[in-house]
Amino acid sequence: MKPAPFTYYRPTSLEDAAQRLRDGADDGALILAGGQSLVPMMALRVAYATELIDLNALDGLDRPRVEGDSLVIPTLTRHATFHDARAAPAPLGDLLACVAAHIAHYPIRQRGTFGGSLSHADPSSEWCLVTATLDGTVCLLSADGPREVAARDWSDGPMSTTRDPDEILTEVRLPLPEASASWGFYEFNRRAGDFALGMALCVIDLQDDRITAARIGIGGIEDHPRRLPEAEAALIGRAFDAAAMAAAAEAAMRAVDPMEDATTSAEYRRDLTGTVITRALEAARLRTLALADPA
Amino acid sequence: MTQSNAPLVGQSVPRREDRALVSGKGRFLDDIASPGGLHAAFLRSPYAHARIGTADLEEVRAMPGVVAVYTARDLAALLPGGQRLVTGLPSSSIAFALDRPILPEHETVYVGEALAMVVAETRAEAEDAAEMIDLDLDPLEPVADLENAARHDAPKAHAHLPHNRLARFGFSYGDIAAAFDGAPHVMSRRFRIDRGGAHSMEGRGVLAAPDAMTGRLSVWSSTQTPHALKRHICTLLARDDAEVEVTAPDLGGAFGPKLVTYPEEIAVAAAAQALGRPVRWVEDRREHFLAACQEREQLWTVEMALEADGRIRGLRGTLLHDHGAWTARGLNVPYASGMMLPLMYEVPAYDLDIIVTVTNKTPVTPVRGAGQPQATYVMERLLDAGARACGIDRAEIRRRNLVTPDRMPCERPLKLRSGEPVILDSGDYPRTQATALEGIGWHGFEDRRREARARGKRLGLGLANYVEGTGRGPYETVTIRVARDGRIKVNTGAAAMGQGVGTALAQIVAEHLGRDPSTIDLTLGDTREPYGFGGFNSRQTVVAGASADAAARVVRRKVLQVAAHLLQMPEENLDIAADLVIVAGSNSGEGLSLAEIAAASEGLPGYRLPGIDTPGLQATERVLIEGMAFANGCLAAEVEVDEATGAVHVARLFLAHDCGRMVNPQMVDGQILGGLAHGLGNALYEKMCFDDQAQPLTASLADYLLVTSAEMPVIEIAHTESPSPLNALGVKGVGESGVIPTAAAIASAVEHALEDLGIEISEAPISVQALHAAIRAARPGGPE
Repeated sequence: MKPAPFTYYRPTSLEDAAQRLRDGADDGALILAGGQSLVPMMALRVAYATELIDLNALDGLDRPRVEGDSLVIPTLTRHATFHDARAAPAPLGDLLACVAAHIAHYPIRQRGTFGGSLSHADPSSEWCLVTATLDGTVCLLSADGPREVAARDWSDGPMSTTRDPDEILTEVRLPLPEASASWGFYEFNRRAGDFALGMALCVIDLQDDRITAARIGIGGIEDHPRRLPEAEAALIGRAFDAAAMAAAAEAAMRAVDPMEDATTSAEYRRDLTGTVITRALEAARLRTLALADPA
Repeated sequence: MTQSNAPLVGQSVPRREDRALVSGKGRFLDDIASPGGLHAAFLRSPYAHARIGTADLEEVRAMPGVVAVYTARDLAALLPGGQRLVTGLPSSSIAFALDRPILPEHETVYVGEALAMVVAETRAEAEDAAEMIDLDLDPLEPVADLENAARHDAPKAHAHLPHNRLARFGFSYGDIAAAFDGAPHVMSRRFRIDRGGAHSMEGRGVLAAPDAMTGRLSVWSSTQTPHALKRHICTLLARDDAEVEVTAPDLGGAFGPKLVTYPEEIAVAAAAQALGRPVRWVEDRREHFLAACQEREQLWTVEMALEADGRIRGLRGTLLHDHGAWTARGLNVPYASGMMLPLMYEVPAYDLDIIVTVTNKTPVTPVRGAGQPQATYVMERLLDAGARACGIDRAEIRRRNLVTPDRMPCERPLKLRSGEPVILDSGDYPRTQATALEGIGWHGFEDRRREARARGKRLGLGLANYVEGTGRGPYETVTIRVARDGRIKVNTGAAAMGQGVGTALAQIVAEHLGRDPSTIDLTLGDTREPYGFGGFNSRQTVVAGASADAAARVVRRKVLQVAAHLLQMPEENLDIAADLVIVAGSNSGEGLSLAEIAAASEGLPGYRLPGIDTPGLQATERVLIEGMAFANGCLAAEVEVDEATGAVHVARLFLAHDCGRMVNPQMVDGQILGGLAHGLGNALYEKMCFDDQAQPLTASLADYLLVTSAEMPVIEIAHTESPSPLNALGVKGVGESGVIPTAAAIASAVEHALEDLGIEISEAPISVQALHAAIRAARPGGPE
């Protein structure tokens, strides 16, 4: 490791951390959580920090809990916490376990954090996709006090958020889906553990074999993960069948504004949008069948 | 552990290297302590092509921890023997010299080229200072595109060059015009193979430590060729051979890019000598992506003429080869490509024009495979196309054209770069292919394919034949000596890089000297021996193995001669068992120890030597190897193509393989598996991308897709052993075997999976995006 010089501070409380960040943010002080993105970027000298404020010694920031009808995920909750589906009530626990298995590689999941992933805001962040699709709430703390940001207002462009430099992400609240909801997730990448070229998460409510509510989120396609209301609308009131899934995929492909990079064109990502949504919906449909007929 | 009567050569003796390596006791470059040592960091060019101006270094030199800062001009004073590395092999085809400077003075020619070096107390301080160097760089137009580089109106990769065409040469035999005139089928195709790296786990690194008492310079480097490094240091630093010692410690892989001596190695050695303190530089992954040599980029425009029954009439075309920005090794890679293309098939007429082009990219030297994978890809793609045109099975067109075993050894109308004729030494290519077809289930696959298609899955089978030129001469030195304590000391220029060459040599030596490898101590990459080469070209088991075998036979003879004298018994009645000379066939456990025999062999004042003419139990051999030993194989691949995403899943690989007599079958398998993994990368994943300014876009392991264990398919290997007549052991090399056919076999399988869409694969690697686009374009109603 050979980063540019920085100082290291280990705060005694979140308030202490917030005050320290207020004092140093303008000069380039940064919060250190799991360090799985920040530390390599500093070693490569593509990221610079004058000071690292390390939250890792603070207690009580790494165990998710249920409060009311939300799952509260404190900022230092490691990705691997969700390997265990019991970390959250069903069906959310199963959903998070499925998604967590797609985040990077096993060692990274032991250290990387939910809050770090939200703050880093990579377009292919699985946790950003989950938070956007479920309409979660991001909770922040600065020296002035707490602030809450709705998931749809979280992104501010690629790898950028509406968090102010002197704010600390303290926790994320995810509304618990209906116990009867079925869900599906599909991620496409070229190698296991890579950043997704495209992924979709859907949560579907059915009543009397008709879709009454639908959430469809995509990640890796645009500069940040988000819900696609056009695709959701294409499902409402319909039977959960191939035609409905195709309609949702078509609507999604029309609605997205895909990114382009060195190896992947916007056209490819647009087509992939339809594929990952279709496959996520198919996974949800199979779960619906399993729910209807548990035998 | 070893069967008592079976020959030691041929057994899967456990690798003697592994215990230390897997228990954390390996000693890699950065593990070597250097008390009081300094650290180097390099300022690297951010431009692919720029004129170098001046830098005010005063402030940088005053930064914390900084001991010295060197630009080209500063370094010149430390390099009395010259400031350029002459690492290229000679060739009369080369139009102009492009020997690279240790640090360039006036012009930089690729992104990542070292421009200045900082030496400081810590690496972080050296990095801080290197980052602060404000070197004036005036960007020039770069040569980023291989195809454009060869045009007459292209920008010049070096401002002073007349053009970018470093060399033009070719291969030609037979009546090529007649072969194409009236041919029933002519397949005309273009193929593009992309640039990639080797990416050993451990990058490069060098540590140089001067000894104030003796004035000697000790250098450790993570290199395949310690002898070459020593020669370059002695030349450029104007030091005597005896004053410089170069050691290659444990290497965390090499695979080609650690073949040539690099500017960083010389700069670090020069600074250490000038500062009188140890200096270390350890390459980071980003530096490895930018500055460690790469390979593979080639554009082929080729035609194959066929008879109606699929027999080849002729092969002709043009190969455009990316040379990179400097001549670091020469023309060996495109030469190997051109030589390999028609080698294992009956091609009556051949005409290939090779144009080697300078570009503003990292210099090109061999990466595992060294031009052979590209040629195999092109030939095998043409044969698949030919099979379709002739309406015959893809395996059948190959069978009709393969060189047959009754012709072995078979001289080809081609020459090695030495001028020696190319002779295929042994092997049964049609049988090897038949073994692969049998192994993968070629016949009967159609039923499986149809059944899968009905379930919406696209399966395909592919195959590729190849030969691998191994055992490049001229020699490798091996010295064997029985020390006074009875230990058998083996010293050689052969270099270890993780492949287990020590285990193989110990087996070969032990075969003659007691059949117990644990009695043997090895020194590999030994630069105290003045004549040596090191590890490359799948050569060491063949070339060092031949010398080890010969030296061991001589030493055995001397051991028995001394023992016969001491025991007053005929030599023929004696044998060596572990560290004892025994009466042959006896198992009494009694005998004369090697230690006693070694002591006696030194002689006593005033007495005759005991039964020998020269003192000591020692022999040095440098067996000269002229031809190359050609290993061969046939790889069959089964894939599934995801039509919606363009993803290719390789389900199975079956390799039928023949590398002559195997010294250690388990190590052979290890080499093959590693090669196949790299080949899988070349087939589907690994591509070094650049923008139109020759800026690398994939300079991290997140962007450059190395194969991981998750991508590895089920692999089966079947061995045949056709001993090479070229060496006493009958061995051939295997280091590059797995990588050569993989991209070709997988492309063949992908084409098969998409057969009904008429899609042809003409690029390696196959990207999901390109395959997706091809599928979309080919589907009814898809875009044109």
